[in-house]
Amino acid sequence: MTAPAPVRAPLDLTATNVQRARRVRNGLATAFVYGSVLVAAIPLGFLLLYVIKKGAGVVDLDFLTKDIPIVSRLPGPGMGPAIAGTLLITLAATLMAVPLGILAAVYVTEYGQGSKLAGAIRFLSDVMAGVPSIVMGLFIYTIWVLSFGQSAFAGALALGALMLPIVIRSTESMLRLVPNALREGSAALGASKSRMIMTVVLPAALPGITSGSLLAVARAAGETAPLLFTIGAARHVNLDIFAGSNAALSTQIFANAQQPFLGAQDRAWGAALTLIVLVLVLTVVARVISRRFTLR
Amino acid sequence: MTATPTLDQKPAGPPPAGFGLDGKRRRLADRAFKLAAMASGLSVLAILVLIAVSTSQKAGPALRDEGLGYITGSRWAPNVDVFGALAFISGTMIVSAIALALAVPVSFGIALFLSEFAPRRLRQITIYVIDMLAAVPSVVFGLWGLIVLAPWIVKVYDWIADTVEPIPVLNVLFGQPVTGRSFFTAGIILALMITPIVTSLTREVFDTVPTGQKEAAWALGATRWEMVRGAIFPHSRSGMIGAVMLGLGRAMGETIAAALVIGSSARLTLHLFGSGDAMAAVIANQFGESGGLHRSALVAMGVVLFAMTIVVNMVARAIAGKTVSAAPVRGRR
Repeated sequence: MTAPAPVRAPLDLTATNVQRARRVRNGLATAFVYGSVLVAAIPLGFLLLYVIKKGAGVVDLDFLTKDIPIVSRLPGPGMGPAIAGTLLITLAATLMAVPLGILAAVYVTEYGQGSKLAGAIRFLSDVMAGVPSIVMGLFIYTIWVLSFGQSAFAGALALGALMLPIVIRSTESMLRLVPNALREGSAALGASKSRMIMTVVLPAALPGITSGSLLAVARAAGETAPLLFTIGAARHVNLDIFAGSNAALSTQIFANAQQPFLGAQDRAWGAALTLIVLVLVLTVVARVISRRFTLR
Repeated sequence: MTATPTLDQKPAGPPPAGFGLDGKRRRLADRAFKLAAMASGLSVLAILVLIAVSTSQKAGPALRDEGLGYITGSRWAPNVDVFGALAFISGTMIVSAIALALAVPVSFGIALFLSEFAPRRLRQITIYVIDMLAAVPSVVFGLWGLIVLAPWIVKVYDWIADTVEPIPVLNVLFGQPVTGRSFFTAGIILALMITPIVTSLTREVFDTVPTGQKEAAWALGATRWEMVRGAIFPHSRSGMIGAVMLGLGRAMGETIAAALVIGSSARLTLHLFGSGDAMAAVIANQFGESGGLHRSALVAMGVVLFAMTIVVNMVARAIAGKTVSAAPVRGRR
């Protein structure tokens, strides 16, 4: 084992200043460690305070429900279409990515144990998790938007592609926590493998899978880059996911932040507060679920 | 699990109550489920292939037009169809380097705090803070960076620029700022954004250090810091490098926050307080109003960025993967 520093003992064993040097070094390291927590926490505190302070003055019922104004220079509500759009797009992305991701994880852990194909799928989902979100946007633009136009569905495809590897990874780690005794018990009762997975393995891992998927949803809900070229820009609520352009909170923040007008910037702060609250609620629910029902 | 096939082979006699399907249909359903699962797994492969093929195809015209000049040329002039992305590639590297330089020591510090230094109460609070930092959408970081941080921090830049004025090298890197929108501001924002991921990956590595080694260090009379240096760091080195590389991959691909605060000017420069541009930011800012060859050139930028992040992530996994398998051996050294 690597010897810690004190083994190189000083020749002058009575020298108390050697001890002091060690204490000082330890103190400096401790200060650095505490300091780094502060360095991360302080900007976060400022950011949250600012979003709450600026956003709270803007967000009211009108802001949450009214259409996005045509003239961005003017102050006033609202963000209704963007809120509806974000919920719609994220929901559609979830419906596509979560079942697919869970099934893929089932294949990797339950069917493909040790097989080359399962190993390859694990590796590829790692690669996919590293694809920059803007590249996902470009990808959906080239394969979908060029032929079918911008729509909420195109945005959902891009978000779903971002979520997929996260869902696979988190589901996979949860399935690995399910005790083998449960699988063996089910097999001993004569259940087929698919039945075992559906009635024993997945229910046992359900809380973990749910919380992992919610974290993926929260991540997707805040994404901007994949939506920039895929959903267009709408000022009215559009509930048709396959046709017509749509709006999202994140893209609205991006567009309004770059405006020199205070009215637009205020709307950006209001949208930011709404989006953060949405994402935090999802995150907290995910944490509560995983804490309440943790498999051990 | 090897028991299942044999069980499936003898569904003779009436199926047990509650199992609605007879043997044949059961086997069929079983097979269908397995195929569905396999197909879902393969969808990852299909999507990755589609990404590579479709974006390369769309990038083709610009890449054929520019050839190698696309990555070696530094003139980006869409109005005359000249596309050299070097300034953006270097911008991405500069911003990522700043982000890493700021985020890595802090992340290691927080990871150490969480795994060794923190009292129980503070640890929980710190975990919440890091979770929160990870939960803030990137566009909100960008909004805050653009409207709050940039106008404020330009004064700090001014002061630093005045201070290092007479020093060679440094006065080039830290020259007079124009606005707060610069490489450095983008680096700060990205540092905040990659801190949670680097922290949690590093912490996972720290938590795998065998208790015996830490106790051995304590028993030798080590201070806490000496224990960290003697027991934790040697064990975690490759995992820490892997975490840094994954953070780098994240920083390179981060788009929106950088697009808002980097200042958007295509210049090949090392002036960190000056405005610049980065690959992902250029795509986000120019794609909407582009057409023809310009649009193709922007997709090509996505292809290059994709390739760069894949390389970085592969290296990260290659390095970090080794820790896990080699851990016991290292422990006994």
